[in-house]
Amino acid sequence: MSTPATIPKRDAAQTLDLGELGLRGVNRRLQEHAAGSNETSWTVENPKGQHAIACGLDSALSVDIAGHVGFYCAGMNQAADITVHGHAGVGVAENMMSGTVRVKGNASQSAGATGHGGLLVIEGDASSRCGISMKGIDIVVGGSVGHMSAFMAQLGHLVICGDAGEALGDSIYEAKLYVRGTVESLGADCIEKEMTPEHLATLTDLLARAGVDADPADFRRYGSARTLYHFDIDNASAY
Amino acid sequence: MCGIVGLFLKNEALYPQLGTLFKPMLVEMTSRGPDSAGVALYRDPVADGETKFSLAHDDRDHDWQGLSDALSDSLGAASRIEQRDSHAMLVTDAEVGAVERWLAERHDGTRLIGSGRSIEIYKETGLPEAVYERFGLSSVAGRHMIGHTRMATESAVTSAGSHPFATGADLCLVHNGSLSNHNRLREELKRKGVTFGSENDSEVAAAYLTWKLRDGVSLKQAMEDALDDLDGFFTFCVGTADGFAVVRDPIACKHAVLAETDDWVAMATEFRAIASLPGADNARIWEPRPATVYSWGGDGMDIASVDHLPATVVPASARAAAGGLH
Repeated sequence: MSTPATIPKRDAAQTLDLGELGLRGVNRRLQEHAAGSNETSWTVENPKGQHAIACGLDSALSVDIAGHVGFYCAGMNQAADITVHGHAGVGVAENMMSGTVRVKGNASQSAGATGHGGLLVIEGDASSRCGISMKGIDIVVGGSVGHMSAFMAQLGHLVICGDAGEALGDSIYEAKLYVRGTVESLGADCIEKEMTPEHLATLTDLLARAGVDADPADFRRYGSARTLYHFDIDNASAY
Repeated sequence: MCGIVGLFLKNEALYPQLGTLFKPMLVEMTSRGPDSAGVALYRDPVADGETKFSLAHDDRDHDWQGLSDALSDSLGAASRIEQRDSHAMLVTDAEVGAVERWLAERHDGTRLIGSGRSIEIYKETGLPEAVYERFGLSSVAGRHMIGHTRMATESAVTSAGSHPFATGADLCLVHNGSLSNHNRLREELKRKGVTFGSENDSEVAAAYLTWKLRDGVSLKQAMEDALDDLDGFFTFCVGTADGFAVVRDPIACKHAVLAETDDWVAMATEFRAIASLPGADNARIWEPRPATVYSWGGDGMDIASVDHLPATVVPASARAAAGGLH
């Protein structure tokens, strides 16, 4: 694949060919980044849908992946700024701690699962279970998300510029959900909530950081009704 | 586990390369299914009045010509046969039901694994690349092909338990997932006269579609009905004379990805199986929605969202887990 025009031009020393180095070779090179080194900017070529590319990075690198990736890309990311110039498979940026992960195409299911922090931007659609069990990550989806998104979401923000599939926010804790389009259905204990000036400011900031051109005033907010926090014998039949 | 792949060529210029293009797709899914592999290939449709039967036998030295001659004599039909390793393609102008009965009554270990005008099914135990090569599939030409690599869960690793499973004339099914109500459904289908060649759960799904189609239900309707009647998790790919169709269960936890360019449409369990195709880097790629039938062939792509999604789309187990954890 020719390097997409959106990727900064880098010399050969900053370009890692996954076809040549293999997955472990590429990840080792990125993970071995020495503190204070100037080699902070990398392009990964020939990803060919392989799994676990650019996983476990823990320094402020800028990494562009020139093509489609498989499962668990950019998992456990800390501080790095990773861009996938294509489609991302299951579990992109799962358990991310900090930094930024951007997917230029669509993403498969469980994007940003269990993420603790940082910003995940999916410019296209995300499939089912986007943000499942999120614990502080911010996720901005330019398109729509599939069913069971934000399931048991604990903390952080999920911004959906398109529509949400069935059972959005099922069994949600304290994550905040913003949806511009329609919601097919809300999951258990997820309700629409008031959009206060404070929420509007947060959403405006998230959209700006994600580089998404959308009017914050068009969004509605959803969150936890907090009725499932404690087991209630009267609700036994509902469990 | 298991891996499934499908390739439908839109550009006629690529037809001669079908076998070459398909091989790396199947081989890439080896890690998902090293036990057995199989493909359904659609090519060289037979003349009106003729039927092509895919036959298999455990004995590689099975006397296929003798079988063909005996069938011609018994049924007063014109027949020809071509062997490919442990399989053979029999083309005859005899009536389909008569051939099925004749083969069943012969009791010589021959297995009838598919039939139609253009379908050819090849499947065996072993690594996908070895299976592909033993049948000499790299050089085949055609318009579309689907395949499966199996990691056995529900039944023995045998040729008979390998995918694809035939579901009717020019129809077959490959399955990634596992069905939980297959034993009861198998018994119900047996009572309706459907026969089985293995204890495999996926064969029950194929038999279910066979039974529905035999009743005159359309393929799309049969696949939609399967969403109601099959309990378990699945991504199905169904090969048809014109192309293939894909459907996932309403929970959709088994992986699936679709990709399309001007030249081809491909389906796979994981994108890496598609990455080798020409132009894959610039393909449109997306994950198929749950409970939605996608099909290619004829006039192109047809997407039919099933409008009666079961109310239980949120799994009871998930609710129970959520309740328990709170």
